[in-house]
Amino acid sequence: MVRLTHDPIDPGALLETVRSPHCGAVALFLGTVRDLTGEQVTVFLDYEAYPPMAEKKMAEIEVEARRRWEVGEVGLVHRLGRLSVGEVSVAVAVSAPHRAAAFDACRYAIDALKELVPIWKRENAPDGSGTWVHQSAKPGDR
Amino acid sequence: MSFTVHLFAGARELARAEMVTIDLPAGATVADVRTALARAKPILTRLLGRSAIALNHDFADDDHILAPGDELAVIPPVSGG
Repeated sequence: MVRLTHDPIDPGALLETVRSPHCGAVALFLGTVRDLTGEQVTVFLDYEAYPPMAEKKMAEIEVEARRRWEVGEVGLVHRLGRLSVGEVSVAVAVSAPHRAAAFDACRYAIDALKELVPIWKRENAPDGSGTWVHQSAKPGDR
Repeated sequence: MSFTVHLFAGARELARAEMVTIDLPAGATVADVRTALARAKPILTRLLGRSAIALNHDFADDDHILAPGDELAVIPPVSGG
């Protein structure tokens, strides 16, 4: 299951959607809004996506995680819009029969999301200035 | 052929537009999209060099030939998560 949402992410609810009697392990990763990037203070972030492509790439990440590991359910949710420091921006939950697959697939999913999914954040400073973060490599290059 | 190219984040702010319409001859490629965009919005030139071009919601190679109705977008380095 992959989803973009403008509403707050409920990690507990996401965990419940991936739990299964066949799975003895559930791994959860949360990305939250950090107050400092280097010495730059952030008061809030704005997240923007190219929604149809973002959902497509997130679905491909789920497919690839299922191909590589024996997992039960995968939940991948990213929040959009304005987020304050401390709020959850992204959540990945993976259930699996055994913990190694749950950890590995969860790690893979968040790493691939940060590399491939067309979502961007704008860091907004206390003085009202803001900057879109475009620091990584050209997306899609392998 | 006329194509609409979607812009996001820093590209959208630089160009002060959510989309740009470009005209290209039949047989044009994704590389031609880059050239036409830089001509239409010179301020995008630097960021375009670090951006992917998406075609119908997938990353496209520069030699890919366009078809009528293709959906195009500039994908600057991503920063989700």
